[in-house]
Amino acid sequence: MSSLPGIVAINTFREAVRDRVLYNLIFFALIMIGAAIIVGQISIGIERQVIVNLGLSAISIIGLIMAIFIGVGLVYKEIEKRTLYSLLSKPLPRWEFLTGKYVGLLITLTVNTFFMTLGLAAALFYVGRPFVRSDVSILVAIYFILLELALVTAFALFFSCFSSPMLSTLFTLGIYVAGVFAPDIRNLGDLTHNSAIQSGARAIYYVLPNFHNFNSIALAAHGDAIPLALLWQNTLYALLYVVLLLLASSAVFSRRNLK
Amino acid sequence: MSTAAIEIVGLTKDYPVGFWRKRMRRSLDSLNLQVEEGEIFGFLGPNGAGKTTTLKLLMRLIFPTAGTARILGRSIGDTRMHRDIGYLPEQPYFYDHLTARELLDYYTRFSGYPAAERRDRIARMLERVGLSSAADVQLRKFSKGMLQRVGIAQAIVHDPKVVFLDEPMSGLDPIGRREVRDIILDLKQQGRTVFFSTHILSDAEMLCDRVAVLHLGQLRGVGAPGEIVSIEVHGVEILFESREGRPLPLDLIQRATRTGQRYRIEVPEAELYPTLGQLRDCDARILSVSTVRPTLEDYFFRLVDRPKEAHAAVEVNVP
Ligand SMILES: Nc1ncnc2c1ncn2[C@@H]1O[C@H](COP(=O)(O)OP(=O)(O)O)[C@@H](O)[C@H]1O
Ligand SMILES: [Mg+2]
Repeated sequence: MSSLPGIVAINTFREAVRDRVLYNLIFFALIMIGAAIIVGQISIGIERQVIVNLGLSAISIIGLIMAIFIGVGLVYKEIEKRTLYSLLSKPLPRWEFLTGKYVGLLITLTVNTFFMTLGLAAALFYVGRPFVRSDVSILVAIYFILLELALVTAFALFFSCFSSPMLSTLFTLGIYVAGVFAPDIRNLGDLTHNSAIQSGARAIYYVLPNFHNFNSIALAAHGDAIPLALLWQNTLYALLYVVLLLLASSAVFSRRNLK
Repeated sequence: MSTAAIEIVGLTKDYPVGFWRKRMRRSLDSLNLQVEEGEIFGFLGPNGAGKTTTLKLLMRLIFPTAGTARILGRSIGDTRMHRDIGYLPEQPYFYDHLTARELLDYYTRFSGYPAAERRDRIARMLERVGLSSAADVQLRKFSKGMLQRVGIAQAIVHDPKVVFLDEPMSGLDPIGRREVRDIILDLKQQGRTVFFSTHILSDAEMLCDRVAVLHLGQLRGVGAPGEIVSIEVHGVEILFESREGRPLPLDLIQRATRTGQRYRIEVPEAELYPTLGQLRDCDARILSVSTVRPTLEDYFFRLVDRPKEAHAAVEVNVP
Protein backbone atom coordinates (compact mmCIF):
# COMPACT_ATOMS: atom_id res chain seq x y z
CA MET A 1 0.00 0.00 0.00
CA SER A 2 2.49 2.61 -1.04
CA SER A 3 0.21 4.10 -3.67
CA LEU A 4 -1.05 7.58 -2.86
CA PRO A 5 -4.62 6.48 -2.05
CA GLY A 6 -3.13 3.69 0.04
CA ILE A 7 -1.25 6.19 2.20
CA VAL A 8 -4.45 8.17 2.74
CA ALA A 9 -6.47 5.01 3.41
CA ILE A 10 -4.15 3.82 6.15
CA ASN A 11 -4.30 7.18 7.88
CA THR A 12 -8.10 7.16 7.62
CA PHE A 13 -8.23 3.73 9.20
CA ARG A 14 -5.81 4.75 11.93
CA GLU A 15 -7.96 7.78 12.67
CA ALA A 16 -11.06 5.61 13.02
CA VAL A 17 -9.26 3.25 15.38
CA ARG A 18 -7.87 6.08 17.50
CA ASP A 19 -11.25 7.81 17.59
CA ARG A 20 -12.56 4.59 19.15
CA VAL A 21 -14.91 3.82 16.29
CA LEU A 22 -14.44 0.09 16.88
CA TYR A 23 -15.96 0.46 20.36
CA ASN A 24 -19.31 -0.29 18.72
CA LEU A 25 -18.16 -3.89 18.82
CA ILE A 26 -18.89 -3.93 22.55
CA PHE A 27 -22.49 -3.11 21.72
CA PHE A 28 -22.62 -5.94 19.20
CA ALA A 29 -21.06 -8.34 21.68
CA LEU A 30 -23.72 -7.46 24.26
CA ILE A 31 -26.51 -8.18 21.75
CA MET A 32 -24.96 -11.53 20.86
CA ILE A 33 -24.38 -12.55 24.48
CA GLY A 34 -27.91 -11.58 25.45
CA ALA A 35 -29.42 -13.43 22.48
CA ALA A 36 -27.32 -16.52 23.09
CA ILE A 37 -28.33 -16.71 26.73
CA ILE A 38 -32.03 -16.20 26.05
CA VAL A 39 -32.16 -18.56 23.08
CA GLY A 40 -30.13 -21.13 24.96
CA GLN A 41 -32.80 -21.19 27.65
CA ILE A 42 -35.80 -21.44 25.36
CA SER A 43 -34.12 -24.03 23.18
CA ILE A 44 -36.88 -25.21 20.88
CA GLY A 45 -34.77 -26.16 17.91
CA ILE A 46 -34.62 -22.80 16.22
CA GLU A 47 -31.56 -21.43 18.02
CA ARG A 48 -29.55 -21.30 14.86
CA GLN A 49 -32.20 -19.48 12.91
CA VAL A 50 -32.72 -16.85 15.62
CA ILE A 51 -29.03 -16.27 16.27
CA VAL A 52 -28.13 -16.03 12.58
CA ASN A 53 -31.05 -13.75 11.85
CA LEU A 54 -30.32 -11.46 14.74
CA GLY A 55 -26.54 -11.51 14.22
CA LEU A 56 -26.65 -10.73 10.52
CA SER A 57 -29.25 -8.01 11.02
CA ALA A 58 -27.08 -6.41 13.69
CA ILE A 59 -23.98 -6.66 11.49
CA SER A 60 -25.88 -5.01 8.66
CA ILE A 61 -27.44 -2.21 10.72
CA ILE A 62 -24.31 -1.36 12.67
CA GLY A 63 -22.35 -1.34 9.41
CA LEU A 64 -24.92 0.90 7.74
CA ILE A 65 -24.88 3.39 10.58
CA MET A 66 -21.09 3.54 10.46
CA ALA A 67 -20.95 3.76 6.67
CA ILE A 68 -23.41 6.65 6.55
CA PHE A 69 -22.32 8.66 9.54
CA ILE A 70 -18.59 8.31 9.01
CA GLY A 71 -18.99 8.40 5.24
CA VAL A 72 -20.67 11.80 5.08
CA GLY A 73 -17.96 13.28 7.32
CA LEU A 74 -14.95 11.81 5.52
CA VAL A 75 -14.33 14.83 3.34
CA TYR A 76 -16.39 17.38 5.23
CA LYS A 77 -14.31 17.05 8.37
CA GLU A 78 -11.08 17.57 6.48
CA ILE A 79 -12.42 20.72 4.85
CA GLU A 80 -14.03 22.06 8.00
CA LYS A 81 -10.94 21.51 10.15
CA ARG A 82 -8.70 22.62 7.28
CA THR A 83 -6.50 19.55 7.57
CA LEU A 84 -6.90 19.29 3.79
CA TYR A 85 -5.00 22.51 3.13
CA SER A 86 -1.59 21.17 3.97
CA LEU A 87 -2.43 17.69 2.68
CA LEU A 88 -3.35 18.91 -0.80
CA SER A 89 -0.10 20.86 -1.03
CA LYS A 90 1.59 17.47 -1.23
CA PRO A 91 1.84 15.76 -4.62
CA LEU A 92 -1.60 14.24 -4.11
CA PRO A 93 -4.32 14.78 -6.72
CA ARG A 94 -7.76 15.31 -5.27
CA TRP A 95 -9.25 12.17 -6.79
CA GLU A 96 -6.56 10.05 -5.17
CA PHE A 97 -7.28 11.70 -1.83
CA LEU A 98 -10.96 10.90 -2.27
CA THR A 99 -10.25 7.30 -3.23
CA GLY A 100 -7.97 6.94 -0.23
CA LYS A 101 -10.60 8.23 2.17
CA TYR A 102 -13.12 5.83 0.66
CA VAL A 103 -10.85 2.82 0.86
CA GLY A 104 -9.88 3.80 4.42
CA LEU A 105 -13.48 3.65 5.57
CA LEU A 106 -13.95 0.40 3.70
CA ILE A 107 -11.02 -1.11 5.58
CA THR A 108 -12.55 0.11 8.85
CA LEU A 109 -15.92 -1.42 7.98
CA THR A 110 -14.30 -4.69 6.92
CA VAL A 111 -12.27 -5.01 10.10
CA ASN A 112 -15.34 -4.17 12.14
CA THR A 113 -17.43 -6.72 10.26
CA PHE A 114 -14.72 -9.33 10.68
CA PHE A 115 -14.86 -9.01 14.46
CA MET A 116 -18.65 -9.11 14.43
CA THR A 117 -18.46 -12.30 12.37
CA LEU A 118 -16.24 -13.83 15.03
CA GLY A 119 -18.82 -12.77 17.62
CA LEU A 120 -21.60 -14.40 15.66
CA ALA A 121 -19.58 -17.60 15.36
CA ALA A 122 -18.95 -17.59 19.10
CA ALA A 123 -22.67 -17.16 19.79
CA LEU A 124 -23.51 -20.07 17.48
CA PHE A 125 -20.88 -22.14 19.19
CA TYR A 126 -22.33 -21.25 22.58
CA VAL A 127 -25.84 -22.44 21.71
CA GLY A 128 -24.16 -25.75 21.00
CA ARG A 129 -24.56 -26.16 17.32
CA PRO A 130 -21.82 -27.80 15.29
CA PHE A 131 -20.76 -25.97 12.17
CA VAL A 132 -22.00 -27.51 8.95
CA ARG A 133 -21.33 -26.95 5.26
CA SER A 134 -24.43 -24.86 4.70
CA ASP A 135 -22.97 -22.29 7.09
CA VAL A 136 -21.05 -21.03 4.09
CA SER A 137 -24.21 -19.16 3.21
CA ILE A 138 -23.73 -17.11 6.40
CA LEU A 139 -20.33 -16.01 5.14
CA VAL A 140 -21.81 -15.20 1.74
CA ALA A 141 -24.52 -13.16 3.43
CA ILE A 142 -21.81 -11.24 5.29
CA TYR A 143 -19.93 -10.70 2.05
CA PHE A 144 -23.12 -9.25 0.56
CA ILE A 145 -23.46 -6.97 3.55
CA LEU A 146 -19.93 -5.71 2.88
CA LEU A 147 -20.81 -5.06 -0.77
CA GLU A 148 -23.85 -3.17 0.39
CA LEU A 149 -21.74 -1.10 2.78
CA ALA A 150 -19.28 -0.35 -0.02
CA LEU A 151 -22.13 0.99 -2.10
CA VAL A 152 -23.69 2.98 0.74
CA THR A 153 -20.31 4.50 1.61
CA ALA A 154 -19.82 5.54 -2.00
CA PHE A 155 -23.20 7.29 -1.95
CA ALA A 156 -22.42 9.02 1.33
CA LEU A 157 -19.09 10.20 -0.07
CA PHE A 158 -20.69 11.36 -3.30
CA PHE A 159 -23.39 13.42 -1.59
CA SER A 160 -20.90 14.91 0.85
CA CYS A 161 -18.89 16.28 -2.07
CA PHE A 162 -21.52 18.95 -2.62
CA SER A 163 -23.82 19.05 0.40
CA SER A 164 -23.68 19.30 4.17
CA PRO A 165 -23.32 16.18 6.34
CA MET A 166 -26.93 16.60 7.46
CA LEU A 167 -28.31 16.63 3.92
CA SER A 168 -25.89 13.95 2.79
CA THR A 169 -27.14 11.68 5.57
CA LEU A 170 -30.75 12.26 4.49
CA PHE A 171 -29.93 11.67 0.81
CA THR A 172 -27.99 8.51 1.54
CA LEU A 173 -30.68 7.12 3.82
CA GLY A 174 -33.29 8.00 1.20
CA ILE A 175 -31.39 6.23 -1.56
CA TYR A 176 -30.88 3.21 0.67
CA VAL A 177 -34.51 2.86 1.66
CA ALA A 178 -35.69 3.44 -1.90
CA GLY A 179 -33.10 0.92 -3.11
CA VAL A 180 -34.33 -1.72 -0.70
CA PHE A 181 -37.87 -1.29 -1.97
CA ALA A 182 -36.90 -0.92 -5.62
CA PRO A 183 -38.38 -4.30 -6.67
CA ASP A 184 -41.63 -3.44 -4.87
CA ILE A 185 -41.89 -0.23 -6.87
CA ARG A 186 -41.51 -2.24 -10.07
CA ASN A 187 -44.04 -4.85 -8.96
CA LEU A 188 -46.47 -2.15 -7.95
CA GLY A 189 -46.18 -0.63 -11.40
CA ASP A 190 -46.78 -4.00 -13.05
CA LEU A 191 -50.02 -4.38 -11.11
CA THR A 192 -51.55 -1.28 -12.70
CA HIS A 193 -51.85 -2.60 -16.30
CA ASN A 194 -51.09 0.96 -17.36
CA SER A 195 -48.11 0.81 -19.70
CA ALA A 196 -46.98 4.36 -18.93
CA ILE A 197 -46.93 3.76 -15.19
CA GLN A 198 -45.36 0.37 -15.75
CA SER A 199 -42.44 1.71 -17.73
CA GLY A 200 -42.09 4.62 -15.30
CA ALA A 201 -41.85 2.24 -12.38
CA ARG A 202 -39.38 0.10 -14.29
CA ALA A 203 -37.24 3.13 -15.06
CA ILE A 204 -37.12 4.00 -11.35
CA TYR A 205 -36.28 0.38 -10.60
CA TYR A 206 -33.30 0.43 -12.93
CA VAL A 207 -32.01 3.85 -11.86
CA LEU A 208 -32.15 3.11 -8.16
CA PRO A 209 -29.37 0.99 -6.74
CA ASN A 210 -30.87 -2.39 -6.06
CA PHE A 211 -30.08 -2.96 -2.41
CA HIS A 212 -32.70 -5.69 -2.27
CA ASN A 213 -30.37 -8.21 -3.91
CA PHE A 214 -27.75 -7.76 -1.24
CA ASN A 215 -30.01 -9.05 1.48
CA SER A 216 -29.70 -12.80 1.85
CA ILE A 217 -30.12 -12.87 5.62
CA ALA A 218 -33.28 -14.98 5.39
CA LEU A 219 -31.63 -17.52 3.10
CA ALA A 220 -28.66 -17.80 5.42
CA ALA A 221 -30.85 -18.12 8.49
CA HIS A 222 -32.69 -21.04 6.95
CA GLY A 223 -29.45 -22.63 5.91
CA ASP A 224 -30.40 -22.41 2.22
CA ALA A 225 -27.67 -22.23 -0.38
CA ILE A 226 -27.11 -18.91 -2.08
CA PRO A 227 -26.95 -19.23 -5.87
CA LEU A 228 -23.49 -18.75 -7.33
CA ALA A 229 -24.88 -16.50 -10.06
CA LEU A 230 -26.06 -14.05 -7.40
CA LEU A 231 -22.53 -13.92 -6.03
CA TRP A 232 -21.15 -12.80 -9.38
CA GLN A 233 -24.03 -10.55 -10.14
CA ASN A 234 -23.84 -8.70 -6.83
CA THR A 235 -20.08 -8.37 -6.97
CA LEU A 236 -20.06 -6.89 -10.45
CA TYR A 237 -23.05 -4.70 -9.73
CA ALA A 238 -21.48 -3.20 -6.60
CA LEU A 239 -18.10 -2.75 -8.27
CA LEU A 240 -19.54 -0.95 -11.26
CA TYR A 241 -21.75 1.29 -9.15
CA VAL A 242 -18.92 2.17 -6.77
CA VAL A 243 -16.56 3.04 -9.60
CA LEU A 244 -19.20 5.26 -11.21
CA LEU A 245 -19.92 7.00 -7.91
CA LEU A 246 -16.23 7.56 -7.23
CA LEU A 247 -15.76 9.02 -10.69
CA ALA A 248 -18.72 11.34 -10.17
CA SER A 249 -17.43 12.31 -6.70
CA SER A 250 -13.99 13.05 -8.12
CA ALA A 251 -15.46 15.16 -10.88
CA VAL A 252 -17.42 17.25 -8.38
CA PHE A 253 -14.75 17.47 -5.73
CA SER A 254 -11.94 18.34 -8.15
CA ARG A 255 -13.73 21.53 -9.12
CA ARG A 256 -14.77 22.52 -5.66
CA ASN A 257 -13.46 25.66 -3.95
CA LEU A 258 -12.42 24.85 -0.41
CA LYS A 259 -13.63 27.64 1.81
CA MET B 1 18.07 33.96 -14.10
CA SER B 2 16.29 31.32 -16.14
CA THR B 3 12.62 30.64 -15.39
CA ALA B 4 10.94 32.53 -12.62
CA ALA B 5 10.13 30.55 -9.48
CA ILE B 6 6.64 32.00 -9.40
CA GLU B 7 4.86 33.74 -12.22
CA ILE B 8 1.40 35.14 -11.62
CA VAL B 9 -0.55 36.57 -14.54
CA GLY B 10 -3.82 38.41 -14.12
CA LEU B 11 -4.91 36.30 -11.18
CA THR B 12 -8.41 37.32 -10.11
CA LYS B 13 -10.82 35.91 -7.56
CA ASP B 14 -14.44 36.82 -6.94
CA TYR B 15 -16.22 35.40 -3.93
CA PRO B 16 -19.97 35.07 -3.89
CA VAL B 17 -21.46 37.09 -1.05
CA GLY B 18 -24.86 37.61 0.51
CA PHE B 19 -27.50 35.14 1.52
CA TRP B 20 -28.25 33.88 -1.98
CA ARG B 21 -24.59 34.01 -2.99
CA LYS B 22 -25.63 35.85 -6.11
CA ARG B 23 -23.52 38.97 -5.73
CA MET B 24 -19.80 38.71 -6.24
CA ARG B 25 -17.06 40.56 -4.47
CA ARG B 26 -13.61 40.88 -5.96
CA SER B 27 -11.00 39.82 -3.42
CA LEU B 28 -8.08 39.71 -5.80
CA ASP B 29 -7.91 41.96 -8.82
CA SER B 30 -5.74 40.80 -11.74
CA LEU B 31 -2.55 40.30 -9.82
CA ASN B 32 0.65 40.23 -11.86
CA LEU B 33 3.77 39.21 -10.03
CA GLN B 34 7.04 37.49 -10.73
CA VAL B 35 9.28 35.99 -8.09
CA GLU B 36 12.79 34.93 -9.08
CA GLU B 37 14.53 31.79 -7.91
CA GLY B 38 16.42 32.20 -4.68
CA GLU B 39 14.51 35.27 -3.56
CA ILE B 40 12.88 35.88 -0.23
CA PHE B 41 9.74 37.61 -1.30
CA GLY B 42 7.44 39.35 1.16
CA PHE B 43 3.76 39.57 0.34
CA LEU B 44 2.50 42.45 2.43
CA GLY B 45 -0.90 43.82 3.17
CA PRO B 46 -3.29 44.49 6.02
CA ASN B 47 -5.89 41.91 7.03
CA GLY B 48 -8.32 41.27 4.21
CA ALA B 49 -5.95 42.44 1.49
CA GLY B 50 -6.16 39.14 -0.38
CA LYS B 51 -2.87 37.49 0.64
CA THR B 52 -4.40 34.22 1.81
CA THR B 53 -6.65 34.18 -1.25
CA THR B 54 -3.60 34.45 -3.49
CA LEU B 55 -1.81 31.60 -1.74
CA LYS B 56 -4.89 29.39 -1.81
CA LEU B 57 -5.23 30.05 -5.52
CA LEU B 58 -1.61 29.06 -6.07
CA MET B 59 -2.17 25.87 -4.07
CA ARG B 60 -5.31 25.04 -6.06
CA LEU B 61 -7.41 25.01 -2.91
CA ILE B 62 -9.65 27.50 -4.66
CA PHE B 63 -9.94 28.26 -8.35
CA PRO B 64 -9.46 31.65 -10.00
CA THR B 65 -12.17 33.69 -11.65
CA ALA B 66 -9.53 34.67 -14.19
CA GLY B 67 -5.81 34.50 -14.69
CA THR B 68 -3.13 31.85 -14.42
CA ALA B 69 0.05 31.15 -12.56
CA ARG B 70 3.10 29.01 -12.99
CA ILE B 71 5.45 27.68 -10.35
CA LEU B 72 8.94 26.63 -11.44
CA GLY B 73 7.72 27.01 -14.99
CA ARG B 74 4.95 24.48 -14.52
CA SER B 75 1.21 24.95 -14.44
CA ILE B 76 -0.28 25.16 -10.95
CA GLY B 77 -2.77 22.50 -12.09
CA ASP B 78 0.04 19.95 -12.20
CA THR B 79 0.07 18.25 -8.80
CA ARG B 80 3.38 16.49 -9.55
CA MET B 81 4.97 19.93 -9.32
CA HIS B 82 3.95 19.87 -5.64
CA ARG B 83 6.94 17.62 -4.97
CA ASP B 84 9.03 20.77 -5.24
CA ILE B 85 6.93 23.11 -3.15
CA GLY B 86 5.96 23.48 0.47
CA TYR B 87 3.00 25.36 1.94
CA LEU B 88 2.20 26.60 5.39
CA PRO B 89 -1.51 27.47 5.53
CA GLU B 90 -2.77 30.37 7.62
CA GLN B 91 -3.54 29.21 11.17
CA PRO B 92 -2.65 25.63 10.31
CA TYR B 93 -4.51 22.71 11.78
CA PHE B 94 -3.59 19.05 11.53
CA TYR B 95 -4.92 15.61 12.35
CA ASP B 96 -5.69 15.51 16.06
CA HIS B 97 -5.09 11.79 16.31
CA LEU B 98 -1.49 11.90 15.09
CA THR B 99 1.67 12.91 16.89
CA ALA B 100 3.96 15.48 15.32
CA ARG B 101 6.31 12.72 14.20
CA GLU B 102 3.47 10.65 12.72
CA LEU B 103 2.10 13.65 10.86
CA LEU B 104 5.44 14.39 9.25
CA ASP B 105 5.83 10.71 8.44
CA TYR B 106 2.41 10.70 6.80
CA TYR B 107 3.20 13.75 4.72
CA THR B 108 6.69 12.71 3.64
CA ARG B 109 5.34 9.41 2.36
CA PHE B 110 3.81 11.38 -0.50
CA SER B 111 7.28 12.52 -1.50
CA GLY B 112 8.35 8.90 -1.86
CA TYR B 113 11.27 8.81 0.56
CA PRO B 114 12.26 5.38 1.91
CA ALA B 115 11.44 4.73 5.56
CA ALA B 116 14.96 5.22 6.92
CA GLU B 117 15.40 8.55 5.22
CA ARG B 118 11.98 9.72 6.38
CA ARG B 119 12.93 8.90 9.95
CA ASP B 120 16.19 10.87 9.79
CA ARG B 121 14.71 13.85 8.01
CA ILE B 122 11.81 14.05 10.43
CA ALA B 123 14.02 13.83 13.49
CA ARG B 124 16.23 16.61 12.14
CA MET B 125 13.25 18.75 11.22
CA LEU B 126 11.59 18.35 14.62
CA GLU B 127 14.87 19.45 16.17
CA ARG B 128 15.04 22.40 13.79
CA VAL B 129 11.62 23.75 14.78
CA GLY B 130 12.16 23.04 18.47
CA LEU B 131 9.65 20.22 18.83
CA SER B 132 11.95 17.31 19.67
CA SER B 133 10.58 16.93 23.16
CA ALA B 134 6.95 17.06 21.96
CA ALA B 135 7.51 14.84 18.93
CA ASP B 136 5.45 11.97 20.27
CA VAL B 137 2.58 13.95 21.75
CA GLN B 138 -0.76 13.87 19.92
CA LEU B 139 -1.42 17.11 18.08
CA ARG B 140 -4.72 17.64 19.91
CA LYS B 141 -2.59 18.67 22.88
CA PHE B 142 -0.57 21.24 20.92
CA SER B 143 -0.79 24.99 21.48
CA LYS B 144 -1.26 27.41 18.60
CA GLY B 145 2.43 28.23 18.55
CA MET B 146 3.38 24.56 18.48
CA LEU B 147 0.98 23.91 15.62
CA GLN B 148 2.61 26.78 13.76
CA ARG B 149 5.98 25.06 14.23
CA VAL B 150 4.58 21.76 12.99
CA GLY B 151 3.18 23.67 10.05
CA ILE B 152 6.55 25.10 9.18
CA ALA B 153 8.17 21.69 9.57
CA GLN B 154 5.72 20.02 7.17
CA ALA B 155 6.26 22.82 4.67
CA ILE B 156 10.01 22.30 4.40
CA VAL B 157 10.75 18.74 5.55
CA HIS B 158 10.88 17.43 1.98
CA ASP B 159 13.42 20.00 0.74
CA PRO B 160 11.08 21.94 -1.52
CA LYS B 161 12.52 24.42 -4.01
CA VAL B 162 9.80 26.99 -3.42
CA VAL B 163 8.25 27.54 -0.01
CA PHE B 164 4.96 29.37 0.53
CA LEU B 165 4.31 30.56 4.05
CA ASP B 166 1.07 32.28 5.02
CA GLU B 167 1.75 34.48 8.04
CA PRO B 168 4.60 32.29 9.32
CA MET B 169 5.25 34.41 12.41
CA SER B 170 1.70 34.50 13.67
CA GLY B 171 0.98 32.74 16.91
CA LEU B 172 4.65 32.80 17.87
CA ASP B 173 6.39 34.57 20.73
CA PRO B 174 9.43 36.79 20.04
CA ILE B 175 11.81 33.84 20.34
CA GLY B 176 9.71 31.77 17.98
CA ARG B 177 9.66 34.64 15.53
CA ARG B 178 13.41 34.88 15.55
CA GLU B 179 13.69 31.14 15.01
CA VAL B 180 11.38 31.36 12.02
CA ARG B 181 13.40 34.25 10.64
CA ASP B 182 16.53 32.12 10.97
CA ILE B 183 14.81 29.23 9.20
CA ILE B 184 13.79 31.49 6.34
CA LEU B 185 17.33 32.87 6.04
CA ASP B 186 18.68 29.29 6.06
CA LEU B 187 16.35 28.41 3.22
CA LYS B 188 17.71 31.32 1.24
CA GLN B 189 21.25 30.17 1.97
CA GLN B 190 20.33 26.81 0.48
CA GLY B 191 19.11 28.56 -2.65
CA ARG B 192 15.41 28.05 -2.01
CA THR B 193 12.76 30.55 -2.94
CA VAL B 194 10.58 31.75 -0.09
CA PHE B 195 7.29 33.52 -0.66
CA PHE B 196 5.68 34.60 2.56
CA SER B 197 2.73 36.75 3.44
CA THR B 198 2.63 38.97 6.46
CA HIS B 199 0.89 41.99 7.87
CA ILE B 200 3.82 42.56 10.20
CA LEU B 201 6.04 44.89 8.29
CA SER B 202 9.19 44.73 10.33
CA ASP B 203 9.46 41.01 9.65
CA ALA B 204 9.37 41.62 5.93
CA GLU B 205 11.73 44.54 6.15
CA MET B 206 14.31 42.46 7.94
CA LEU B 207 14.16 39.43 5.64
CA CYS B 208 13.03 40.25 2.17
CA ASP B 209 14.93 40.80 -1.03
CA ARG B 210 11.77 42.23 -2.47
CA VAL B 211 8.28 42.93 -1.26
CA ALA B 212 4.91 43.44 -2.86
CA VAL B 213 2.23 45.46 -1.15
CA LEU B 214 -1.36 44.38 -1.62
CA HIS B 215 -4.36 46.38 -0.53
CA LEU B 216 -8.04 45.58 -1.11
CA GLY B 217 -7.05 42.94 -3.64
CA GLN B 218 -4.88 45.27 -5.68
CA LEU B 219 -1.14 45.38 -6.03
CA ARG B 220 0.11 48.74 -4.82
CA GLY B 221 3.84 48.40 -5.25
CA VAL B 222 6.69 45.94 -5.78
CA GLY B 223 10.35 46.46 -5.06
CA ALA B 224 13.23 46.05 -2.69
CA PRO B 225 12.29 47.27 0.77
CA GLY B 226 14.92 50.01 0.30
CA GLU B 227 13.61 51.04 -3.11
CA ILE B 228 10.13 51.42 -1.87
CA VAL B 229 11.36 53.53 0.99
CA SER B 230 13.64 55.70 -1.09
CA ILE B 231 10.72 57.49 -2.69
CA GLU B 232 10.07 59.09 0.65
CA VAL B 233 11.47 62.43 1.78
CA HIS B 234 14.31 61.81 4.14
CA GLY B 235 14.60 63.69 7.39
CA VAL B 236 17.39 64.11 9.88
CA GLU B 237 17.32 63.34 13.54
CA ILE B 238 19.43 65.40 15.96
CA LEU B 239 20.09 64.36 19.50
CA PHE B 240 21.35 67.12 21.81
CA GLU B 241 21.54 68.36 25.38
CA SER B 242 22.35 71.68 27.01
CA ARG B 243 25.63 72.43 28.69
CA GLU B 244 25.44 73.51 32.33
CA GLY B 245 23.13 76.47 32.69
CA ARG B 246 22.96 77.41 29.02
CA PRO B 247 19.36 77.92 27.82
CA LEU B 248 18.33 76.18 24.60
CA PRO B 249 16.39 77.83 21.76
CA LEU B 250 12.73 77.76 22.75
CA ASP B 251 11.32 76.93 19.33
CA LEU B 252 13.53 73.86 19.10
CA ILE B 253 12.66 72.63 22.58
CA GLN B 254 9.00 72.95 21.82
CA ARG B 255 9.33 70.70 18.77
CA ALA B 256 11.69 68.24 20.40
CA THR B 257 10.93 65.22 22.51
CA ARG B 258 12.74 65.07 25.80
CA THR B 259 14.16 62.01 27.52
CA GLY B 260 15.98 62.88 30.74
CA GLN B 261 18.44 65.62 29.86
CA ARG B 262 18.36 64.80 26.17
CA TYR B 263 16.30 66.24 23.39
CA ARG B 264 15.52 64.60 20.11
CA ILE B 265 14.32 66.56 17.15
CA GLU B 266 13.49 65.56 13.62
CA VAL B 267 13.93 68.15 10.89
CA PRO B 268 13.69 68.05 7.11
CA GLU B 269 17.05 67.77 5.35
CA ALA B 270 16.85 71.41 4.21
CA GLU B 271 16.64 72.66 7.79
CA LEU B 272 19.65 70.70 9.02
CA TYR B 273 22.28 73.46 8.85
CA PRO B 274 20.11 76.28 10.20
CA THR B 275 19.12 74.07 13.10
CA LEU B 276 22.70 73.06 13.82
CA GLY B 277 23.58 76.77 13.68
CA GLN B 278 21.00 77.57 16.30
CA LEU B 279 22.34 74.82 18.53
CA ARG B 280 25.93 76.03 18.07
CA ASP B 281 24.90 79.55 19.03
CA CYS B 282 23.70 78.38 22.39
CA ASP B 283 26.64 76.03 22.78
CA ALA B 284 24.47 72.90 22.98
CA ARG B 285 26.19 69.55 23.03
CA ILE B 286 25.36 67.57 19.87
CA LEU B 287 25.17 63.88 20.68
CA SER B 288 24.30 62.53 17.25
CA VAL B 289 23.03 63.47 13.85
CA SER B 290 21.50 60.75 11.74
CA THR B 291 19.27 60.45 8.73
CA VAL B 292 15.82 59.10 9.34
CA ARG B 293 15.00 56.37 6.90
CA PRO B 294 11.26 56.07 6.79
CA THR B 295 10.39 52.48 7.54
CA LEU B 296 8.26 50.28 5.40
CA GLU B 297 5.72 50.82 8.11
CA ASP B 298 5.48 54.52 7.22
CA TYR B 299 5.20 53.69 3.58
CA PHE B 300 2.54 51.19 4.31
CA PHE B 301 0.48 53.59 6.36
CA ARG B 302 0.62 56.14 3.62
CA LEU B 303 -0.34 53.60 0.98
CA VAL B 304 -3.22 52.28 2.91
CA ASP B 305 -4.88 55.64 3.12
CA ARG B 306 -7.45 55.09 5.74
CA PRO B 307 -8.26 57.16 8.81
CA LYS B 308 -5.70 56.78 11.57
CA GLU B 309 -8.06 54.83 13.86
CA ALA B 310 -8.39 52.05 11.33
CA HIS B 311 -4.67 51.38 11.56
CA ALA B 312 -5.39 49.43 14.69
CA ALA B 313 -6.13 46.56 12.35
CA VAL B 314 -2.52 46.55 11.23
CA GLU B 315 -0.28 44.94 13.75
CA VAL B 316 2.84 46.99 14.07
CA ASN B 317 5.71 45.13 15.53
CA VAL B 318 8.57 47.24 16.75
CA PRO B 319 11.73 45.15 16.61
N1 LIG C 1 -14.47 31.98 1.35
C1 LIG C 1 -14.68 33.30 1.26
N2 LIG C 1 -15.90 33.77 0.94
C2 LIG C 1 -16.14 35.08 0.80
N3 LIG C 1 -15.21 36.05 0.98
C3 LIG C 1 -13.97 35.65 1.32
C4 LIG C 1 -13.64 34.27 1.47
N4 LIG C 1 -12.34 34.19 1.81
C5 LIG C 1 -11.86 35.45 1.85
N5 LIG C 1 -12.84 36.34 1.57
C6 LIG C 1 -12.70 37.80 1.49
O1 LIG C 1 -11.63 38.10 0.63
C7 LIG C 1 -10.87 39.18 1.12
C8 LIG C 1 -9.42 38.80 1.20
O2 LIG C 1 -9.26 37.85 2.23
P1 LIG C 1 -7.87 37.17 2.54
O3 LIG C 1 -7.28 36.67 1.28
O4 LIG C 1 -8.09 36.18 3.62
O5 LIG C 1 -7.00 38.38 3.07
P2 LIG C 1 -5.63 38.40 3.88
O6 LIG C 1 -5.07 37.02 3.90
O7 LIG C 1 -4.78 39.37 3.15
O8 LIG C 1 -5.94 38.87 5.26
C9 LIG C 1 -11.49 39.58 2.45
O9 LIG C 1 -12.31 40.68 2.24
C10 LIG C 1 -12.29 38.38 2.83
O10 LIG C 1 -13.41 38.74 3.58
MG1 LIG D 1 -4.57 35.92 5.54
